[in-house]
Amino acid sequence: MGNLNEIFDTGRETLRDVERRLDMPRREFLQFCATVAATLGLPAGAEAAVAKAIEAARRPSVIWLHFQECTGCSESLLRAEHPTLEKLILDVISLDYHETLMAAAGHQAEAARKAAMKANKGKYVLVVEGAIPTKANGIYCKIGGQTAIDMLKECAADAAAVIAIGSCASWGGMPSTISPLSDSSPTGSAGVAEILGKPVMTIPGCPPNPYNFLAAVVHFLTFGKLPELDKLGRPKFAYSRLIHENCERRAHFDAGRFAMEFGDSGHRQGYCLYKLGCKGPETYANCSTLGFGDAGENNWPVGCGHPCIGCSEKGVGFQKPIHQVAKMLNVTPPLQYPRIVEAQGKAASFASAAAVAAVAGAAAGAAIMLTRNLGLSHAAEEAERTKAAKPEDKAGA
Amino acid sequence: MANNHYAAPAPVGGGLVNIVTLSCGVLIALMAAILMVRFLFGLGAVTALNDGYPWGIWIAVDVVIGSAFACGGFSVAMLVYIFNKGEYHPLVRPALLASLFGYTLAGAGVMFDLGRWWNVWNMFWPWSINPNSVMFEVAVCITLYIVVMWIEFSPVVFEKLGKDDARRKVSKLMFFIIALGTVLPMMHQSSLGTLLVVLGGQVHPLWQTPALPLLYLLSAIFMGYAVVLFESCLTSTAYRRKLETHMLTPMAKIMLGVLAVFIVVRLGDVLMRGTLGRAVEPSVQALMFWLEMACFIAPLILIGAESNRRNPARLFLAGVLLMLGGSLMRLSGFLIGYETGGDFSYFPTLAEVLVTAGMFAVEVLGYIIITRRFPVLPREELQAVK
Repeated sequence: MGNLNEIFDTGRETLRDVERRLDMPRREFLQFCATVAATLGLPAGAEAAVAKAIEAARRPSVIWLHFQECTGCSESLLRAEHPTLEKLILDVISLDYHETLMAAAGHQAEAARKAAMKANKGKYVLVVEGAIPTKANGIYCKIGGQTAIDMLKECAADAAAVIAIGSCASWGGMPSTISPLSDSSPTGSAGVAEILGKPVMTIPGCPPNPYNFLAAVVHFLTFGKLPELDKLGRPKFAYSRLIHENCERRAHFDAGRFAMEFGDSGHRQGYCLYKLGCKGPETYANCSTLGFGDAGENNWPVGCGHPCIGCSEKGVGFQKPIHQVAKMLNVTPPLQYPRIVEAQGKAASFASAAAVAAVAGAAAGAAIMLTRNLGLSHAAEEAERTKAAKPEDKAGA
Repeated sequence: MANNHYAAPAPVGGGLVNIVTLSCGVLIALMAAILMVRFLFGLGAVTALNDGYPWGIWIAVDVVIGSAFACGGFSVAMLVYIFNKGEYHPLVRPALLASLFGYTLAGAGVMFDLGRWWNVWNMFWPWSINPNSVMFEVAVCITLYIVVMWIEFSPVVFEKLGKDDARRKVSKLMFFIIALGTVLPMMHQSSLGTLLVVLGGQVHPLWQTPALPLLYLLSAIFMGYAVVLFESCLTSTAYRRKLETHMLTPMAKIMLGVLAVFIVVRLGDVLMRGTLGRAVEPSVQALMFWLEMACFIAPLILIGAESNRRNPARLFLAGVLLMLGGSLMRLSGFLIGYETGGDFSYFPTLAEVLVTAGMFAVEVLGYIIITRRFPVLPREELQAVK
């Protein structure tokens, strides 16, 4: 692996700068870079490139739009336990427009956005949080008199990259839930890609793991392009596997140990939640491999005993009932597993042997009696016949 | 049906409450109670079935032996209608009645034994059938045959209800129904043997042979005649009627003919496959084999001579022995000579025995009620005059 000091060039000036700038020790900074590089699945040594990219502090302009959403994605990003996360994200990028975080308000805020777009034309990153209502020309969500549709199209036109964060922006999320009684959601909510008519990078989840977003942004900073995406625009490093594939409860699934209801003995022993409706088997995300919010590895729904609701997966999250059993995308478990020790049958009990003997005895007895009676009557008949025949013989003689 | 010169059938009449019907009622009530438990709590609650013995006496006795006992109707119908022996016509209705009950109950017995009986409709659902399955053949054949037999028996009901119009309509179709009623049992009685063939080495070599379909078919035919001997003697005695020896004696000769062919095939098969050695080793299976053979050979001695065939006691005993022999062959193939390996064992529970007893009680009770109230048995006065 080589000398780490050489790889990271730990003596360099910029590292001291970043230490001051981010108000975090060098060690912690390098740890963070390594974590991000590992999340992205980059090869060994890439963490140095990540560190250098962050040190360089090109501070790309970021415009962050909010539409039909709860700001949970921003919250999860900011409330992460990691002490320097928000500092880092705010320092590494130049967040020029974010309705929740910016100090400006009203027309001033809109002016800031327009100014940033003009100054960084073709270079800024557009992050979208929240779904876009499309019914009635999009009047259900307006900012500064502008509908969400118009605002999105305006901001996306000159963006270097568009990132949809959260399920709402990715594919419509919770606002796009269609009730069984109608054929569309109340406001006709749609994801970013649908409005723009072109694929964008999506980081679905409700909220998504902040590291997935962060890692994608850092990838952009480091390599100048977005990471590899799947056909739904999700970065493959985070969304290429089913939650089920790497679930910490997977061994229970394979062994057929299921929690059947909340609080039963299986549930208390951490058995698989499949039968409580866990959507892990049909949801692509890295929840089971990447701890959420820096609070330890159990800090995700399945980890704390609730089935996954498939929040990141279109058609699953907010659409299928929470406790409906998931459609297995790989192996469907049988309704029942064979017992390990099979009952092999018992010898005859006294009662059953006696019953069989009684039936056999009764049948044999009845048959013998009937045969005897038939025989006796036959003998009598024969005797009568011979008796009747004899006088005739005599007469004939 | 040119049998008008023979005694027309008439209800026997008489009371329905006596010691036999009451005993049947008690057995049926017990069976109903056990079946309620079975359908509420599953097979494990009442049976001794396990993964090594998934079929118990409800299949081996109620269905396999039960349906063989029910071959009387088929055997006699074949004699009367296919070989045109009109003189046996008075035997058709009672034999058919016994068959009707035997088969209908065999069908019901299958339902008791099906773990997930509510899926049974799949068997008849064209999109889920498996036409390569022996079980499918048996199931469809038996189901069809039950329907066919009810149609064959329907003139009795129409006569009783005075619906001559319906009766006439049915009799126009009867030639086809009767043909079907002869073909179907031949198909599934042989297939019951094929069921064992597909079980392969799990069945003891004495009962495992490619000739099983033939053996099961031949034995079903002579068991059918044996049941008629049994049933006729029993009915005559119980109802204090004149014995039908004049028909039974020649019929017994036909039965012996079929039996002789069967014994040749059975022994020839055992010899040709070189499994006779398994019949002389000290085992329960070997004992069962000789017991079975004794039941098949004894009737040849008992009623081999023409004079002996006129003795109803010997006819009755021969019938009983052949029923027993055929039953033993089936019981041995399906249970006693059946081995899945490991330490699996099976002996029916009291509940299983009671359900089987209850099934036979239904047959007896049904037979009594129908012969007393419907025109099944030949009219006695005419018989007496003849």
